[in-house]
Amino acid sequence: MATSVRAAADGSPPPAPPAPRPARRRKAPSAWRSKLYRLDVKATPYTFIAPFFLTFAAFGLFPLIYTGWLSLHRVELGGEAEWRGLENYTGLTDSDFFWNALANTFTIGVISTVPQLLMALGLAHLLNYKLRGRGFYRVAILAPYATSIAAATLVFAQLFNTDYGMINGFLGLFGIDAVNWETEKWPAQIAISTIVTWRWTGYNALIYLAAMQAVPNDLYEAAALDGASRWRQFISVTIPSIRPTILFTVVVSTIGATQLFGEPLIFGGSLGIGGGSANQYQTLSLLMYEKGWVTGSLGQASAIAWVMLLLLLLVGGVQALISRRNRKKTGASS
Amino acid sequence: MTHALTKAPAEAGGRRKAPVPRRGGKAGRAGGQNHAGPLTYIVLALAAFFSLFPLYWNLVAASHTGERVVQAPSPLLPGDQLFTNLEIAWNQVHMGQALINTTIVAGTVAMSTVLFATLAGFAFAKLQFRGRNILLAVVIATMTVPPQLSVIPLYQIITELGWVDQLQSVILPTLVAAFGVFFMRQFLLEALPVELVEAARMDGANSMRIIWHVVFPVARPAMAVLGMLIFVQSWNDFFWPFIALTPDGNPTLQVALAGLGAGNHTVNHAVVLTGALIATIPLLAVFALLGKHVVGGITAGAVKS
Repeated sequence: MATSVRAAADGSPPPAPPAPRPARRRKAPSAWRSKLYRLDVKATPYTFIAPFFLTFAAFGLFPLIYTGWLSLHRVELGGEAEWRGLENYTGLTDSDFFWNALANTFTIGVISTVPQLLMALGLAHLLNYKLRGRGFYRVAILAPYATSIAAATLVFAQLFNTDYGMINGFLGLFGIDAVNWETEKWPAQIAISTIVTWRWTGYNALIYLAAMQAVPNDLYEAAALDGASRWRQFISVTIPSIRPTILFTVVVSTIGATQLFGEPLIFGGSLGIGGGSANQYQTLSLLMYEKGWVTGSLGQASAIAWVMLLLLLLVGGVQALISRRNRKKTGASS
Repeated sequence: MTHALTKAPAEAGGRRKAPVPRRGGKAGRAGGQNHAGPLTYIVLALAAFFSLFPLYWNLVAASHTGERVVQAPSPLLPGDQLFTNLEIAWNQVHMGQALINTTIVAGTVAMSTVLFATLAGFAFAKLQFRGRNILLAVVIATMTVPPQLSVIPLYQIITELGWVDQLQSVILPTLVAAFGVFFMRQFLLEALPVELVEAARMDGANSMRIIWHVVFPVARPAMAVLGMLIFVQSWNDFFWPFIALTPDGNPTLQVALAGLGAGNHTVNHAVVLTGALIATIPLLAVFALLGKHVVGGITAGAVKS
């Protein structure tokens, strides 16, 4: 199924199905019936897509715009809005908390995404060999994906506990002093990134695996005839062939990293909303939640939300540029 | 690469064939990568171990007393307190209610998504209408809008309506999502021959009959996979439920767990982890039973336009 979807997705637009025939009267139905029939053909598509667009309009588009409007106002929960122009945004750029949260979101994003995707590539490569027990490995590495953020974080919070956690216990076997995974900045960010990495590595590996299986074998045969080693084949055949998939996972992971919320919140326990005792792992989403639901300044919280949207648009723009460049390159070379 | 050897390239129409590695002799030895060496097995076994160990340890911790869990060295084998902890978690910390709520939410969202996504996916794949391509682009674009952009107004609305801690405030915004529409469109694009739809039309079938007698039967396997994926996603959904529901009011499992983690109710970590176990076990059971289909669904759904 994966392949078929891919073929449809990657290829040029599928040939448009021929237009539905206008009502040819086979049994000469009444004019009224044919009118009804034409109405059915015309209106049905819109009826079918209406639930999605109504849901999106009500719970996606309208709130998005309204959040933008709120971000230009001073609003408290239940209170009147007061025009403030761009003050909420300039207030952010003056705020150490904002820059701290932005930096944390970025560093946790890098620490969680880069090793995750590299490990996923390696795992996919290994899973692509002829294996005994292939199904077991696939389901096993996907099991973390079935675990919720909350459950996974609660387990890892125990494993990473500074005083009695198993990870410090294990490090202790090698004479390494107990690491303060909760209060120190980098250890805490690494611990949180570990949770993200644990949940998503297997998922990404399976996506890569599906892409690798679609790589035509002739490419490998040609490379082998040229005397390319396995490693060389991996670098110059596998990686370029699945580049669109890699780009896709990078974008999805980046979107996820920008929104990171549940892991640091629950990892921090009662200090979670602030992102630790010294905000050492407060992300943009946590700061937005704190502004909106603890401080009660909805205008500022809305401004943070819009900053996140702008960041994601930036990511999307870069992605579009890269994939266009890639397409040009492959187009020129083939 | 083993599979690439056996599987015809996509355009050769090999899509229905299962990737069974069955071939004669040395046909595919060119790359020299057919069989996995021992190192491959070691690395994969390690990956499986690290994937499964936290889940196993969750069970271990849930079967000890709270005092034992916070003692070093951590327990590595299951204890005998599981049922005591389950009883406490179920009755005192409202995990029972949370489990029911989560089942209602995830079940409703999965069913409505499958229904609406199939209708919309069919329209985008096989029906002609003005603005189809632009509307499809809009559907895909909505996938990138993060929930952070909508929660503030939505929270104001549900406060206004008195819907805080009511399940409909979690269900309604996720009745149908772009991912599902796109997923079904991709499937029907290939799986449903347009002639079938036209033949039904010629026979005078109206749209409702076509949906019922032509589209649904063809789409059924994809609908099942989509329903499963959405069920998992909805079961584990956190950000908006955490805002719309409260841990002590009428929570879903994830919201209740967040409350437990923040130290509401209990500081007994064995009970907290028993809560985590209750939230995880149903989905793991689904995975154990239907793992292969989940794997197939994820790889199919992940491929974008």
